[in-house]
Amino acid sequence: MLLLRAIGLMLLLMMASLLPSKAAEAELRATIAKFAAATGFSATETVVRELAASGDPSVERPLSALADGNLYIRKADSAIFVGKESSDNVELLDPLSGEKSGEAAKADLTKIKVNNTLRRVIRDALGTLTLRAKDPAVRIAAADTMFKTPDAANIEPLDAAIAAETDANVKALFEQARAASVLVSDKPEADKLAAIALIGARGDRDAVSLLTSVEAGSQGAVKDAATAAIASINSTLALWDAGQNIWYGISLGSVLLLAAIGLAITFGVMGVINMAHGEMVMLGAYTTFVVQQVIRTSFPGLFDWSLVIALPLAFLVAALVGLAIERGIIRFLYGGPLETLLATWGVSLVLQQAVRSIFGPTNQEVGNPSWMSGSFDVGQLAITWNRLWILVFALTVFGVLLYVMKRTPWGLQMRAVTANRRMAASMGIRTPWVDALTFALGSGIAGIAGVALSQIDNVSPNLGRGYIIDSFMVVVFGGVGNLWGTLVGAFSLGIVNKFLEPYAGAVLGKIVVLVLIILFIQKRPRGLFALKGRAVEA
Amino acid sequence: MRGNFAKITKILSAGVVAVGLLASASAKAAEDTIKVGILHSLSGTMAISETTLKDAMLMLIEEQNAKGGLLGKKLEAVVVDPASNWPLFAEKARELISKDKVAAVFGCWTSVSRKSVLPVFSELNNILFYPVQYEGEESERNVFYTGAAPNQQAIPAVDYLMSADGGSVKRWVLEGTDYVYPRTTNKILEAYLKAKGVAAEDIMVNYTPFGFADWQTEVSAIKKFGSAGKKTAVVSTVNGDANVPFYKELGNQGIKAEDIPVMAFSVGEEELAGLDTAPLVGHLAAWNYFESVDTPENKKFIADWHKFIKNDKRTTNDPMEAHYIGFNMWVKAVEKAGTTDPDKVIDAMVGVSVPNLTGGYSTMMPNHHITKPVLIGEIQADGQFETVSQTPGLVMGDEWSDYLPDSKDLISDWRAPLSCGNFNVATGKCGGKGTN
Repeated sequence: MLLLRAIGLMLLLMMASLLPSKAAEAELRATIAKFAAATGFSATETVVRELAASGDPSVERPLSALADGNLYIRKADSAIFVGKESSDNVELLDPLSGEKSGEAAKADLTKIKVNNTLRRVIRDALGTLTLRAKDPAVRIAAADTMFKTPDAANIEPLDAAIAAETDANVKALFEQARAASVLVSDKPEADKLAAIALIGARGDRDAVSLLTSVEAGSQGAVKDAATAAIASINSTLALWDAGQNIWYGISLGSVLLLAAIGLAITFGVMGVINMAHGEMVMLGAYTTFVVQQVIRTSFPGLFDWSLVIALPLAFLVAALVGLAIERGIIRFLYGGPLETLLATWGVSLVLQQAVRSIFGPTNQEVGNPSWMSGSFDVGQLAITWNRLWILVFALTVFGVLLYVMKRTPWGLQMRAVTANRRMAASMGIRTPWVDALTFALGSGIAGIAGVALSQIDNVSPNLGRGYIIDSFMVVVFGGVGNLWGTLVGAFSLGIVNKFLEPYAGAVLGKIVVLVLIILFIQKRPRGLFALKGRAVEA
Repeated sequence: MRGNFAKITKILSAGVVAVGLLASASAKAAEDTIKVGILHSLSGTMAISETTLKDAMLMLIEEQNAKGGLLGKKLEAVVVDPASNWPLFAEKARELISKDKVAAVFGCWTSVSRKSVLPVFSELNNILFYPVQYEGEESERNVFYTGAAPNQQAIPAVDYLMSADGGSVKRWVLEGTDYVYPRTTNKILEAYLKAKGVAAEDIMVNYTPFGFADWQTEVSAIKKFGSAGKKTAVVSTVNGDANVPFYKELGNQGIKAEDIPVMAFSVGEEELAGLDTAPLVGHLAAWNYFESVDTPENKKFIADWHKFIKNDKRTTNDPMEAHYIGFNMWVKAVEKAGTTDPDKVIDAMVGVSVPNLTGGYSTMMPNHHITKPVLIGEIQADGQFETVSQTPGLVMGDEWSDYLPDSKDLISDWRAPLSCGNFNVATGKCGGKGTN
């Protein structure tokens, strides 16, 4: 009885699912259902190709879900769903219509596995299907994929898409994608030569990549044209490479500047050999981590603002720790550079181990806000947003610091104490407090450098170690006691480093830079911009 | 002044008495426990990786004690901190063996730390379990290698990339940190690739310093190398801390796994914990264990680990599994030998077979390496790996690479009567030399 009822129910369900749907949709659903039986990547690939061959734009939903790893099989009835994960449960959506169809526990579902090859197949399939998408960004992505994976079969849909396209930029990309496909088709030579000219004008690495494979697989005029086009693109790219090296150098320089600028105060202005400087940077990075943690759990909407919120906090945390170090240890050791060096080295170990005990020895995840992710192109130059923002930030910090030092009463007192402590004291300046606050300022700036560096480096207890040597190098090279020297020192070291790297490799490049600095210091012991005057001789 | 001096002598003598008492107390304890040394850095640069292994060992020892200990005695962990300082590793190893009289030591991460303790272990005749994948070219009587040899990680990984599933890669970037493991591994891989017919101009080798943070030039060089019209992949032996900025730069410069996949040998769940992995989905790693492996043994191990460490977010990783296997092998060998005497245990170890966490059994081979499955995993958005390929059977660790001219004739067999770690089959003599 029960069995009969179950069979009846199943028949009813099957009829219900068949009746309202059109023939095409039923066919698609039948194809999608094949995912459940497909074991192994090649079987899944067959189903993907079958779906793509239907040419129906509605297969985009299940295919992109599959590429993102969001396509599930329900174990109970082998039905296929697009899933949206939320903690323990998965919200199930219909693979074609996208309508909600309930929820299921993760354990009741099997995720359909994808690998890189499969993702590539899906991307190519989606390329053809999304040529007519409403969003121009999607169309550009489609043109891009079709350019990278040329196929003679693409010419027809591309011709149709070019005819219908209204956006000039997208149209140009479509034409390039069509040209790429022409090169692998059996079109006449004249068409191919025109295509090579079109692709040669594109002039980027993808074009070189495509033309190289064309060059290898053709002969006669086409081969010659491809060779010539590659040569001309490469000569332009060589120029862009030089520009790229300069940009990378500036970007490395901005990181060095950020790391060194706090030290330019504590070491440069005050003369304290502060080995715990790197740990101040680390404290700033950990402050960013804590701020992001709080935002993630309590105010997820504010995540893009996390760095802005972390900045003042990082400054405060590092400045307070710096103040405590100065009041607690360093003030007893003024005049003894070796003692200061050892004491601050000890402090750095204590701080590292303290952070390790509190947060654990492993890396902590500090996320990039959306405005710091990704890159944009200037010609053939890919500029990453995080590097650009760090450059802007480093220059801003430098500007503010310069203003504080040169234009505020506090800066005046700082410089007075540095220039002649006894004279400053007899003019009524409370030199111990100026010392303490100067050290706190230097530490605080190291803290905000940590906020920026958390975006490009590991947030681990060892973070500071990597920057301490570079920071000293920059300050000494630029000239102790001179902020402008630090700026110029940081950027010139960065650019020299990045120009050497492609030829000498990263390891040798670093050694060469170090040797150059040693030679330079031999020649000019006071660095690029030496301070002049009585204070220096004292 | 005199009073002060008297006071100081008093305090000192009291201290001496106290120390003496403590020493006798610990000597007493030593009689009814078996001591196990843990030699992992808890401070310094390697603390990031090694602290986890110390905790894993403490958990394994605690579990063994809950099961009634070993030979009727409780196990006692002796933890020392070699502080990522290579010479200190040797000192601390000596201290563990001579002063604490441990029965075996579990420890080391970097190859250089292992090399620095080797003479201590052979001089004092004790046992070291080394849990990390390494470059091979070594087999010592007193060391058991529970991590992967190159043929248990690097070679199957390259095979996968060459296969149709892996994308039929034709062009290779070998990117590594500048020290012995990447250099030897890359030497083996280069020889292997050339043997497979890859042309020299299709291989690019590049090294960067430890803790390298500015990857812009390297990543754009990879991009450039990859635009030669052939499928390109990166094989990365980049170590530890340098990986995070490397992957961040890859993500930011838009290198997608579908175009240029990166296959890493030193990136596990632990390293990914410090990263937003969404832009990295599809990049690969080759290990003998992934936390995502779905077996009852692994589920139990993860649950025990979370309970022990009191943190549900802490990941497990491949070297932890290596310690799990090594520790269980040692327990079994001690039970088999009926004693903790190193000579007897070393002889009893060969042939011992224990379950691993991936659903099979690992066996200690005569060359002191173990059999393991090799898994290739793709990074997922949640920071875990999804296994995309697995060797059909277990792979036996090959200490002397067949692809290096210096070591291709060498074998190792620690069973009597051969008892040799570097037997040269061409000359028939014990005492060949590898590449390092």
